[in-house]
Amino acid sequence: MVPRPEYPVRPVALLIAFVLGVLLLAPAVARADAYTDALARFAADSFSETEAAIDGVAASGHPLAADVVGAVREGRLMVRAADKAVFIRDPDGSFRDAGTGSPAAVQGADLKPVRLNNRVRRAVEAAMGTLTLRSPDRARRAAAAAAVFKSRDASALPALEAALAAETDPAIRRQMQEARAAILLTRPEATPDQRAEAITVLRARGDQEAVAVLRNLPADAPPAIRAMAGDAITAIENRIALLRNVQNVVYGISLGSVLLLSAIGLAVTFGVMGVINMAHGEMVMLGAYTTFVVQEVIRSHAPWLFDSSLFIALPLAFLVAGAVGVLIERSVIRFLYGRPLETLLATWGISLILQQAVRTVFGANNREVGNPGWMSGSFDLLGLTLTWNRLVIIVFALVVFAALLVSLKRTALGLQIRAVTQNRRMAGAMGIRTDWVDALTFGLGSGIAGIAGVALSQIDNVSPNLGQGYIIDSFLVVVFGGVGNLWGTLVGAMSIGIANKLLEPFAGAVLGKIILLVAIILFIQKRPRGLFALKGRFVEG
Amino acid sequence: MTSDRVFNRTTIVFLAIVLAAALLVPASNLLLPPGSPLHVPDYMMPLLGKYLCYALLAVSVDLIWGYAGILSLGHGAFFALGGYAMGMYLMRQIGTRGVYANPVLPDFMVFLNWKELPWYWWGFDHFPFAALMVVLAPGLLAFVFGWLAFRSRVTGVYLSIITQAMTYALLLAFFRNDMGFGGNNGLTDFKDILGFPVQAPGTRAALFAASALALALGLLACRAIVTSKLGKVLVAIRDAESRTRFIGYRVEHYKLFVWVVSAVLAGIAGALYVPQVGIINPSEFAPANSIETVIWVAVGGRGTLVGAALGALTVNAGKTWFTGVLPELWLFALGALFVVVTLFLPKGILGTFLEAWGFRRKRPAPEIIDEDGVASKPAAAE
Repeated sequence: MVPRPEYPVRPVALLIAFVLGVLLLAPAVARADAYTDALARFAADSFSETEAAIDGVAASGHPLAADVVGAVREGRLMVRAADKAVFIRDPDGSFRDAGTGSPAAVQGADLKPVRLNNRVRRAVEAAMGTLTLRSPDRARRAAAAAAVFKSRDASALPALEAALAAETDPAIRRQMQEARAAILLTRPEATPDQRAEAITVLRARGDQEAVAVLRNLPADAPPAIRAMAGDAITAIENRIALLRNVQNVVYGISLGSVLLLSAIGLAVTFGVMGVINMAHGEMVMLGAYTTFVVQEVIRSHAPWLFDSSLFIALPLAFLVAGAVGVLIERSVIRFLYGRPLETLLATWGISLILQQAVRTVFGANNREVGNPGWMSGSFDLLGLTLTWNRLVIIVFALVVFAALLVSLKRTALGLQIRAVTQNRRMAGAMGIRTDWVDALTFGLGSGIAGIAGVALSQIDNVSPNLGQGYIIDSFLVVVFGGVGNLWGTLVGAMSIGIANKLLEPFAGAVLGKIILLVAIILFIQKRPRGLFALKGRFVEG
Repeated sequence: MTSDRVFNRTTIVFLAIVLAAALLVPASNLLLPPGSPLHVPDYMMPLLGKYLCYALLAVSVDLIWGYAGILSLGHGAFFALGGYAMGMYLMRQIGTRGVYANPVLPDFMVFLNWKELPWYWWGFDHFPFAALMVVLAPGLLAFVFGWLAFRSRVTGVYLSIITQAMTYALLLAFFRNDMGFGGNNGLTDFKDILGFPVQAPGTRAALFAASALALALGLLACRAIVTSKLGKVLVAIRDAESRTRFIGYRVEHYKLFVWVVSAVLAGIAGALYVPQVGIINPSEFAPANSIETVIWVAVGGRGTLVGAALGALTVNAGKTWFTGVLPELWLFALGALFVVVTLFLPKGILGTFLEAWGFRRKRPAPEIIDEDGVASKPAAAE
């Protein structure tokens, strides 16, 4: 028999394991050592030693580093004079050993806090910045990178590069690279290559802050680099200008859709029926208050329904405003057909009554209508920031428009409405109940105004004066677009909205609005019947 | 309803009352002791004066609405422009008595860091210039606006809407601090008018008498216009604009003339209004104010002139009483007034009264014809 070896593991394997183990453990041990060494310097009770200690702790990457630096900042890092041991006093008054993190039973009386002066405070802040760059929390890392980008503090560079090497999240990596580029670009000792790279990174960032950093390029940089920075600035600024125009157009469409919503009901009552309804704005207001009431009921009885409150409010607002509309038509307006100016005055009176009624019931103050969860917040689209509620309103306005168009063109009621509009007596002779059609048309227009109120309650103050703000704009939209033409209302609303937003950067909000009003007044001189004038024998004049 | 003579019976009675008031009210305020039952208290003087200015404004609206069929929902703009012209004169009279005691600039300009007086404030130190501007500013705006609107045959509701847009644009413009008209706060804190302290009872009495006189003269001027041949053409335009044009009248010229006259009257009313209430600010441009003016005319009786003045006096007196006693109900009452008058009193108080009074002279009721010259079915309420 061959004798078997005595030892279970071969010495070579053992050796390999040992070497591997040392290699693997060494950094941790070294880190722990750097940490304890740095910690010990806190005990020296000198500001320069404390500063060195903070830098050392921050650089060590020890899990307790952030706690220790935070404790220094708040004067909670304690040193025991007897044996130079360092403790963290937690906000609740208990103590931990700063070296191990384990709870320690010590007497507060034996301890002295580490003292601070302004230099130490600066060191603390820098260290906190560095430490948060490695924080496990994504948002804090991002914030730290942004802070470094803003401060361009060259001393943060080593920590930043270390953090960059360890970072895996691409978005935060990019932010860190931008911060690094900002530091490199302005740092006097940076090489041209580093600067060129930095300019590329900043150019890709492409916002106003990047331009600010690029402008800070030191004057002694080589001409090629300076030219490159100049190009980058021009490129970014062109991009920003383009983006701003696109943004204005998008905001204009958003404003246009609000105008469309408030005017579209008017397009029915004024455009189709020829009735001037000055109480139209109040129908919008009633819709907004319906939303308020629905939300109040949901809040107190069924909070889980809150996110769908608007869907519940929509049909109710249509019914409430529509019913009030039918009531107004039956009680007042039907006596005034053919007398548009009198209708105007009577409906103005009705609008005053409705306003005061709402004020009496709900109070004169603004009422709070909440945004459901799915409508709040915003999103980025190619550098444009859009809030969800704006987008929802744009889509909603178009849906309402389409629905109204379909109901006028494809339904029996729509057919009757058009018939009565075009030739009342003939329609009557064909057996259409023209007075019913009048009432229903008016109810339809008012109900749509109520629906608009649901949408507008999301972006405007819900107060008794809500409708007043929209009435003049709505009339102008309808008149501008061409009375009796729904497409004209769409085009009118969008053009007024976009023109308003494009004018705003040059003229300011108020002057822009004035210019627009004057422009519309002049336009009506040129085309008294609006953009898309109706032609035919039912158009008088 | 419209007699052919300038001085028909209604006009004479009303003028007599107004002129008597111009003498008696100030006299009672100044001469009678406060305890006397006939004494008009001090606080009433500017209030009554304000009503008279409103009455003149209403007459100016009735001139175009009642006789030319132009429904202006922006007449408050002309009223306010006249008021601003007067306010600028009064501001200049403050001199160094302002809070900042600046000899050149009004207080609000010092506050907004203006360095020098803007050019459009030049000349307002002198009353004749300011008086000229009271007439010119609203007159010019009306001329430009009317020339554009009537030439391109903007009529009826469309005209109403763009007049409303006009006063709304001016409202926004005057709210701007950069405009140099005091922005949101407007012009106020007046001291003197023509060397007399604005607040003094004597000045207030004089302003009241001036307002009454202006109302009487304005009413006479409007009567002269509507009873002339030109007035007949205006009525023809009101009732059948296209037909009048086809006969050969230059409709736009007639309308423009009466429109400018009306704007100037409104401006004068505004100018007299400002020293009595002591402030002019952009809210005078609010479209709601202009619409309210129209309802005074409708209440009093459209197309009667005297009725318009009466309507303004009645509604405003009612407003003062209502807002003192039942402030929450005032808007209900005003709103109901709009509805009730248009539905049940299309001729207004005076029109209805005269109709009942003059039953002996049985005239056929004129056919109701709308702005586009199309005869319409008589409304159920008539």
